[in-house]
Amino acid sequence: MKTDIKLSGVGGQGILSIATVIGQAATSAGLHLKQAEVHGMSQRGGDVQSDLRLSDQAICSDQIALGTADLIVSMEPMEALRYLPWLGPDGVVVTSSRPFVNIPDYPGEEALLAELDSLPRVARLDIEQKARDLGAPRSANMVLLGMAARHMTILTPEQLRAAIRAVFSAKGRKVVEDNIKAFDAGYESIQ
Amino acid sequence: MEEKRLLLGDEAVALGAIHAGISGVYAYPGTPSTEVTEFIQNDPLARESGVRSRWCTNEKTAMEAALGMSYAGKRALVCMKHVGMNVCADAFVNSAITGVNGGLVVLAADDPSMHSSQNEQDSRFYGRFAMVPILEPADQQECYDMQAFAFMLSEALRLPVLLRMVTRLAHSRAAVSVGSPQPQNILHPDEDRGRWVLLPGNARRRYAALVESQPKLEAAAEESPYNTLSLGSKPQLGVIAAGIAANYVREVAPADISLLKVSQYPLPAARVRSLAEACNEILVVEDGQPFIEEQVRGLLGAGYPVTGRLTGRLPRTGELNPDHVARAFGTGGGPVFQTAKNLAPRPPQLCQGCGHRDVYAALNQVLADYPSARVFGDIGCYTLGALPPFRAIHSCVDMGASITMAKGAADAGVHPAVAVIGDSTFTHSGMTSLLDAVNDNAAVTVIISDNLTTAMTGGQDSAGTHKYEAICLALGVEREHLHVVVPLPANMEKIAGIIRKELEYKGVSVIIPQRECMQTLARKQRLRKAEGGRQHED
Repeated sequence: MKTDIKLSGVGGQGILSIATVIGQAATSAGLHLKQAEVHGMSQRGGDVQSDLRLSDQAICSDQIALGTADLIVSMEPMEALRYLPWLGPDGVVVTSSRPFVNIPDYPGEEALLAELDSLPRVARLDIEQKARDLGAPRSANMVLLGMAARHMTILTPEQLRAAIRAVFSAKGRKVVEDNIKAFDAGYESIQ
Repeated sequence: MEEKRLLLGDEAVALGAIHAGISGVYAYPGTPSTEVTEFIQNDPLARESGVRSRWCTNEKTAMEAALGMSYAGKRALVCMKHVGMNVCADAFVNSAITGVNGGLVVLAADDPSMHSSQNEQDSRFYGRFAMVPILEPADQQECYDMQAFAFMLSEALRLPVLLRMVTRLAHSRAAVSVGSPQPQNILHPDEDRGRWVLLPGNARRRYAALVESQPKLEAAAEESPYNTLSLGSKPQLGVIAAGIAANYVREVAPADISLLKVSQYPLPAARVRSLAEACNEILVVEDGQPFIEEQVRGLLGAGYPVTGRLTGRLPRTGELNPDHVARAFGTGGGPVFQTAKNLAPRPPQLCQGCGHRDVYAALNQVLADYPSARVFGDIGCYTLGALPPFRAIHSCVDMGASITMAKGAADAGVHPAVAVIGDSTFTHSGMTSLLDAVNDNAAVTVIISDNLTTAMTGGQDSAGTHKYEAICLALGVEREHLHVVVPLPANMEKIAGIIRKELEYKGVSVIIPQRECMQTLARKQRLRKAEGGRQHED
């Protein structure tokens, strides 16, 4: 069994925290893992992505091949679309629906969301609004992780919750509780 | 029990080096190498055992300090990005002539595809040029394991060892089995002055000895546990894959492909010949430049078919990926979903509130009245001033080039000639440039945009913080043409006024806009808040 995930977003949105949680869960579960990240210049408000590969077998390549990803998990809708060529035939797109507009030629929101909705398997949600409604405005990325958990059969929600607790424990009880709450809300948002 | 840790390639190198008993790491930050030194700085064992890890002013000072530590008998690691090899090349090449005493490993992290760089030069050429062994790990486990091996090899051959890796491995995480630490070497300086005093008489002897030692390096590569040859059941096509490229081959090639994985150089020629004899064609898969491919062509002669990046079977430029390698084998599915229609590029940009923004705003305001002005930029976050909305700089070439290029352009008659350089880049390679400009009384206006950190690579300490005024004065900049200002929108008119006045001065002026980086400021605030939160819970 293997799961290949393209994680994407805009520099500073917190995709590396999602990768860290999944990495922690995978390691605890005894899975093989490779996680290629982007550091350096792109982190300054540019597009960022991470290839995350989980498997019960040894993994060779640090990069995911075109047309093979099981999931695109994105903090931003246009950044989800950017990685479509990597999505596999049965792949699922899980994304925030709220555009992050920091460039002058950002596409029209309606057309962008329509293109997303034209995909066979897509789940989108205004995760920032959801996080604010929960009183956990800094936990939007964990809402997204909760949504992705519905489509990540290689790890159980309980394994991911345990990883959230482990990764954020140093930041205090409130941060852990907010993140678990956000994760659960994301998970429940998909039936 | 064997411990497993989830580590970046960089972190695996760092932990491997700590466990190999280094006494110091010497480095200047540079993507994708930065995390090696940061890991060592934060590692409890390294701190406890006093491993020296403060950032250096540039790669040359790093290389030389490491050579000094090696001279004294202890093990030292040097880390840099590939272009840092250009900066330390004098020390690096000559360290092969002196040879080493304590083990010396030089890590060069190459950046194929130029994710954060101005070229994609391949550091393996430096290793071959200096005639030293090169190691090239394929995965995170080898990043760790190769450290103890590299230091032993360095001490056995009494030569520095070059460790070459690429961005994709440096910045990719995987579980690594880690061993236990070994003690540091004792202090035992080398008493043989004839090795270390490179007067021509000694140097000739040393160079001859280096040339004579080459068969030992070749034998070590032939016997290396990191160079592995496996022949398939029907060997037609043989593959030579270097370092990380072997992973792409294993990912996409048929399971019983004939594969020579190369992770130690000089190129193991006997193993290449064995592969060539068993097969009737060779494909070379290597990230970077066609380093192996050219050598294999020489080794096997014109009659033997060798393909790779030179023949177009793989792309000539850019980082390899599983798709390129699959295409080279005539397999691979390619995309299922086509590129989206509603898509725009999202280049990196200067942070909101960043002081560099205020510097460029003021500069652009003044230079609007000087159509002949040219602005020479440098390497750092402020290079992003080349992009809209500022479009403020005309060049960015190498560390420190802003000031010296401005001087040369001014010498040629360009006026106004302006240099924009960051604080850390200035101490790295700009101080000598400024001295040239002062000595020649060049008509240049130098802006040292000081954000009190090495920001581009993530906020490392900058070598000259709080010393820039003193440095400029000591280099001979006149007091009345040296200005320190705070780049804020509120100070725009004042800063523009100073720039305008100094552009008219026919000598060297230096303006130092000084305000802390937004990223380091925010990080400090988060740390304080987290600290407060924890105390509250206690």
